Amino acid sequence: MLDVWSVSRLAHTLQDLIRSDPSLEDLWVEGEVSNLRQGTRGHLYFTLKDLQAQVRCVMFGGIWQAQDLENGHHVLAHGRIDYYPTRGDLQFYVDFVRSAGVGIFRAQFERVLAKLEGEGLFDESRKRPLPPFPKKIGVATSPVGAVFQDICNVIGRRWPLAEVVLASTPVQGPEAVPGLIWAIHRLNEEGVDLIIIARGGGSWEELTAFNDESVARAVFSSRVPVIAGVGHQPDLTIVDLVADRRAPTPSAAAELAVPDISVIKGQLRSYGLRLEAAAQSYLTTYRKELRGCVARLDAYTPKIDHLKGRLTGLAHRIGLAAQREIKALAREVEAISARLKALDPKAVLRRGYALVYLRRGPVVTSVSQVEPGAQIEVQLADGLFPAQVLRQYGF
Amino acid sequence: MASEKPSFEDMYRRLEEIAARLEAGGLGLEEALALYEEGMRLARLCHEILDAAQLRINRLRDELSVYVDEQFPYVSEEGEE
Repeated sequence: MLDVWSVSRLAHTLQDLIRSDPSLEDLWVEGEVSNLRQGTRGHLYFTLKDLQAQVRCVMFGGIWQAQDLENGHHVLAHGRIDYYPTRGDLQFYVDFVRSAGVGIFRAQFERVLAKLEGEGLFDESRKRPLPPFPKKIGVATSPVGAVFQDICNVIGRRWPLAEVVLASTPVQGPEAVPGLIWAIHRLNEEGVDLIIIARGGGSWEELTAFNDESVARAVFSSRVPVIAGVGHQPDLTIVDLVADRRAPTPSAAAELAVPDISVIKGQLRSYGLRLEAAAQSYLTTYRKELRGCVARLDAYTPKIDHLKGRLTGLAHRIGLAAQREIKALAREVEAISARLKALDPKAVLRRGYALVYLRRGPVVTSVSQVEPGAQIEVQLADGLFPAQVLRQYGF
Repeated sequence: MASEKPSFEDMYRRLEEIAARLEAGGLGLEEALALYEEGMRLARLCHEILDAAQLRINRLRDELSVYVDEQFPYVSEEGEE
């Protein structure tokens, strides 16, 4: 059965066909520029041709670079092919043009550079600081060759506290781009503190993976800082520009990644000395203060001595008073004993007095106690003798 | 993460802090001497950690080719494995 297509159906089928081929979305075309003109809204229209064919091109206003776009110039143009049904035009939508003389690698590099720069991927403001003491260091590189060993040697010498995690990936060839993207992603998952993305020296062509837009975006979106250590060559790669830090070699990248153990040991020693000095100065300060306190205490000591003196004085005076009292008492005792002596009847007898007793009776103190003829005894100081009363007289 | 053992970095930072606090002055003697002792102990521990350290190397065993097959089906034609 015959099938009649509408124009729209045809147009949309063509459009679908073209859009179904991913290689037409991102391609480079080399040709000569002709019919270059500027449209009303700043768009540039031109034709790319070679000896057998031509394709219509449009470059929208405000795109990145059109410096080499001139009639008759041989250029490399990058963009996508699309079919525009309303006009029935098959067009090459160009986003980047460069003189064909620079070569495709250079042109591609410049295109990605301009694009990512325009998006701010290289801005200094988004560069992250490196952790000062990384514990886990991810390395995205090839396990083949000296690069990984060099990195391990440097880290082992400078900062053996670290753990190095290798995500093996080819660094050139068709698997390099997906491999590097995988490695960055995988190392992020692994919880590393930073990533070194490295490869040894190589020609410009061998470094294409490091100029790849998707690798650059993977570096950009890494959660942890990335250090690029791509072998010595005069020009920087896109990965160098998007990385948080870049080094000229893998070994130099490893040096950036970790502190130097001898420097840190020196710092530990200096901290030790500083602590000693600080503690010493505290001791000095407090000793001085202590001496101050002692001096102030000393200021009170004379008062104590004074009190002591007074105390001794009092004791002395108490002693003297006691002695005086004792002497007075002694004198009193003497006086009393003198008076007692004076009362001694024998002392009276020695002065010539006599005591008269009735015979074996009491002392005669009155004449009325005796009668004439009564026997009496007379006592003198040195003895006694019996006597007889002759008579008595009263006074 | 601040569980069990403090990391080298934790101890080093604490040591820095202690040195700065001691040097700033104005502490009581007892506090100053306690900080001094803590600082000296940290410095010794840090030295011991550095002296005993040995680099560890860990190679991820994941199959890159599996990932490549999933994410970039058009790339891996002749894998290296």
